[in-house]
Amino acid sequence: MSISAASLKVGDSKEQLLVDDLTRTQIVMYAGASGDYNPLHSDEKFAREVAGYPGIFAHGMLTMGMTGRVVTDWFDVGRITKYGVRFVRQVWPGATLTATAVVDAIREEDGVQYADVSITTVDAEGTTVLTGTATARLDP
Amino acid sequence: MAIEQFPIEAGHVLMFARAIGDPNPIYADADVAAASEVGVIPAPPTFVTASAQFDPDYPLRPKPGQPWFGSGREATGAKPTVPSGGKSEDGGGGGTSLHAEQHYEYHRPLVVGDVLHARGSKGETWEKQGRSGTLKFTELITEYLDQNDEVVITARTVAVLTEGPK
Repeated sequence: MSISAASLKVGDSKEQLLVDDLTRTQIVMYAGASGDYNPLHSDEKFAREVAGYPGIFAHGMLTMGMTGRVVTDWFDVGRITKYGVRFVRQVWPGATLTATAVVDAIREEDGVQYADVSITTVDAEGTTVLTGTATARLDP
Repeated sequence: MAIEQFPIEAGHVLMFARAIGDPNPIYADADVAAASEVGVIPAPPTFVTASAQFDPDYPLRPKPGQPWFGSGREATGAKPTVPSGGKSEDGGGGGTSLHAEQHYEYHRPLVVGDVLHARGSKGETWEKQGRSGTLKFTELITEYLDQNDEVVITARTVAVLTEGPK
């Protein structure tokens, strides 16, 4: 499944639907799996009455986790050497998210080929919720 | 950081992959993983965030007999605590401390069977003027080391403390 440097060029891109109509239950699943039980992400009463938000919202790390698929499906999880994101906007229940990764550079370092990609995750309205970058090791 | 033993377990990886909606069979099927380059079930890229489960003092998990800032009968029974120096995913500031950035560097693939421990150190702090007041950013660097004391993943977390919800 690994990708060769020769088969890849700058500007190549992949798009991945991450979630269609994000459920509160999936956010709870993420709390349970990750161990982050911040009530902002599962407790409507707390989120509204104490924290002053319109309601609960997804963990940023859930959006980052979902977004990771766009690079792991493309390059293979074992080939990812860097992955970093900025959380741009909160993601609310009901969100539909799509991630796009674009190859910015293909470069050699110590005899090994790498691809640098930039990543953007948007909601159904096209509003960016997360931006990031990743690096993947390629075959020669 | 108080994470002394973080075993990477197949069931936990399966749960985590389901939670992020990733149907890749490499996370669920040992045979599929065995046929892959890595040869063992790998952890998804953001999996080390689940090290929170193995931090006995993690502030964003209710503990028996201790006050919790989420709702029970009432909207809150306790003051939220903002973790400092420890793991600060999402901050835990009850709507004031939010996760701004997260970066991982993978020195090798993390796989089921590894047993990590983590050590954290404070990075830089800075301030910015936002629409709703001053934003205070803090950085936390966490190194996840394996059973041979070699660094597998270096994580950099940026949290932002706002003066109120957006």
